[in-house]
Amino acid sequence: MDDKPSAENSKAYWKATVRLTLGLLSIWFIVSYGAGILFRDFLDQVSIGGAPLGFWFAQQGSIYVFVVLIFIYCWAMARLERKYGVKG
Amino acid sequence: MDQTFWTYFFVATTFALYIGIAIWARAGSTDDFYVAGHDVHPTVNGMATAADWMSAASFLSMAGLIAFMGYGGSVYLMGWTGGYVLLALLLAPFLREFGKFTVPDFVGDRYYSTTARVIAVICALFVSFTYIAGQMKGVGVAFSGFLGVPFEWGIIIGMVIVFFYAVLGGMKGVTYTQVAQYCVLIFAYTVPAIFMSIIITGNPVPQLGFIGEAKGEGISMLAKLNQVVTDLGFLEYTQTNKTTFDVFCITAALMFGTAGLPHVIIRFFTVKSAGAARVSAGWALVFIALLYTTAPAVGAFARINFIDTVNESTYIADDEDYDARAAEITADGGKPVPTWYKDWESTGLLDYEDKNGDGVMQYRGPNAPDGVENEVSPNNDIFVLANPQIANLPGWVIGLVVAGGLAAALSTAAGLLMVISSAVSHDLCRRTLFKSMNDKTELRVARGAAAGAVLAAGLLGIFSNDLGFVAQVVAFAFGLAAASLFPVIFLGIFWKRMNKEGAIAAMLTGLVTTFGYIYWFKFVDTASANWLFGVSPEGIGFVFMWLAAAVGIGVALATKAPPQDVQDLVEDIRVPGTRTAHGTGDADMAPLRSD
Repeated sequence: MDDKPSAENSKAYWKATVRLTLGLLSIWFIVSYGAGILFRDFLDQVSIGGAPLGFWFAQQGSIYVFVVLIFIYCWAMARLERKYGVKG
Repeated sequence: MDQTFWTYFFVATTFALYIGIAIWARAGSTDDFYVAGHDVHPTVNGMATAADWMSAASFLSMAGLIAFMGYGGSVYLMGWTGGYVLLALLLAPFLREFGKFTVPDFVGDRYYSTTARVIAVICALFVSFTYIAGQMKGVGVAFSGFLGVPFEWGIIIGMVIVFFYAVLGGMKGVTYTQVAQYCVLIFAYTVPAIFMSIIITGNPVPQLGFIGEAKGEGISMLAKLNQVVTDLGFLEYTQTNKTTFDVFCITAALMFGTAGLPHVIIRFFTVKSAGAARVSAGWALVFIALLYTTAPAVGAFARINFIDTVNESTYIADDEDYDARAAEITADGGKPVPTWYKDWESTGLLDYEDKNGDGVMQYRGPNAPDGVENEVSPNNDIFVLANPQIANLPGWVIGLVVAGGLAAALSTAAGLLMVISSAVSHDLCRRTLFKSMNDKTELRVARGAAAGAVLAAGLLGIFSNDLGFVAQVVAFAFGLAAASLFPVIFLGIFWKRMNKEGAIAAMLTGLVTTFGYIYWFKFVDTASANWLFGVSPEGIGFVFMWLAAAVGIGVALATKAPPQDVQDLVEDIRVPGTRTAHGTGDADMAPLRSD
């Protein structure tokens, strides 16, 4: 391991990682606990196809968003790693 | 060709395939045995993780649970998928970067404590054994239901198969058989779902049929279902009688529990790097989502089908000639009980009691507007198993579903066996009791432990008659993983100041409170009125997870900070590619990256 990132870069990388994680986890929370549970009655006033929207989020939508979130995370982390010279 | 032929055909073919893979992928070293040499491709690992994760409960019981619970079933859908986001963002890449073999390994090294390691071993063993008993039971049920093999012999056959690839191949054998098992199970799950979707909604994609219109009725499938079930006195399909807070807690307990389950976590030790672990988690969820987004559609279709074909049908007893009697009933303008019902009746998964003596099967909910008493009690598991017949699919599809159910149960059982055997051979023997043990001996001990675990799991499966696939297992395994393992792993990565004392306190708090609560409300006092904050045993892991974390943080702040070595270790695992050896225990086992 000869090409380690500098101490400042490591610090900045970790800070950016935590920020990104918090951002993505808030979306994770909103689509599942928010749309699927807490605000489902409100969302159920609207329909997606033949399903009430809140119900759909609880049984379908949240899962699609979860998949997308993980791949966004992979992509964003790879970018951070390039930026700070970290070997991901 | 009849159905029994096809069932034997598919089961025998897939089993031969698994054994073939086991022989091909024999493990040569502890590295191979525990983590498949750290060089599994991320997509392959994703597929293996999906099979590892999706158990007999996911394959057989979940759609049926959703069919009965309607919206209430969402807790499983969100809980068992959302956990992967936590895993990918909070645990997997860092644990991979840490570079060891097991979950107790991380806990023991990060908290520089044998006590912490042993407590983690206890948690891992407890979680895994509860879970594996259900899998072995699933294998027994599939064999006895379809192949006429006695329940115990079904389990023994399952044990022999798992023994082959888990004991011979270790993680390497398990990984590649799991890939094969994923292909079998997803094919077996989606084929009947597609047919049912076409029949009920006219759309071949179940996920779209789910939100589409009921074929030829001009209203949406879900609206029709809501109407049908409320007419019979059930709760509306898109509603639940659980409180919002309870739904919240159960979903969260399942999510955090998923992220804390050792057999899922160790799958991410088999890839090359932290980056590969992230990508792998993404693929795992893609493969899981294929089944998990199909399941709610299967549940809804199955509920419609069941009501359509069974309710108000005229029962035909076993001693009557089915065809003659069915023709008679039809001629009288009635509806005969369907043949699939008769086929499944002997398995005990369906029960009919003619309460009003009219010979007609009335299926009703608790609030039936016509005041008729319910006479039919189906088991959750019947829906996935009988679906192909309900939809009049050819015999080979049924054989396929059996092979799929077995694949789901065996792949999960194998993953759990790896956790059990490595906890014993690596964490208890090599790292705690006999520190001078060499690699060769450890591999032998690991094989022995895996063999012992297969045996124990089989016996548990045979003798745990009242343990359900889902109900108790869910509460215990997920609650304990969420409350005892998740907080210490998470804090171990994200909070440098977390120390040995805090970790031990947190694990013990989570273990004792969650175990006590679940045990009490599942076995001693089953009245829901006494639940703490109205949270069911299934959801309590989430509440006690916070308690465990709070206790852990409090104790850590009151005691002294972890040694500099350990703090450096934490810094290292946060930034990929910077990991170096720290301390004596670390030196001989420092992880090597293959790139």
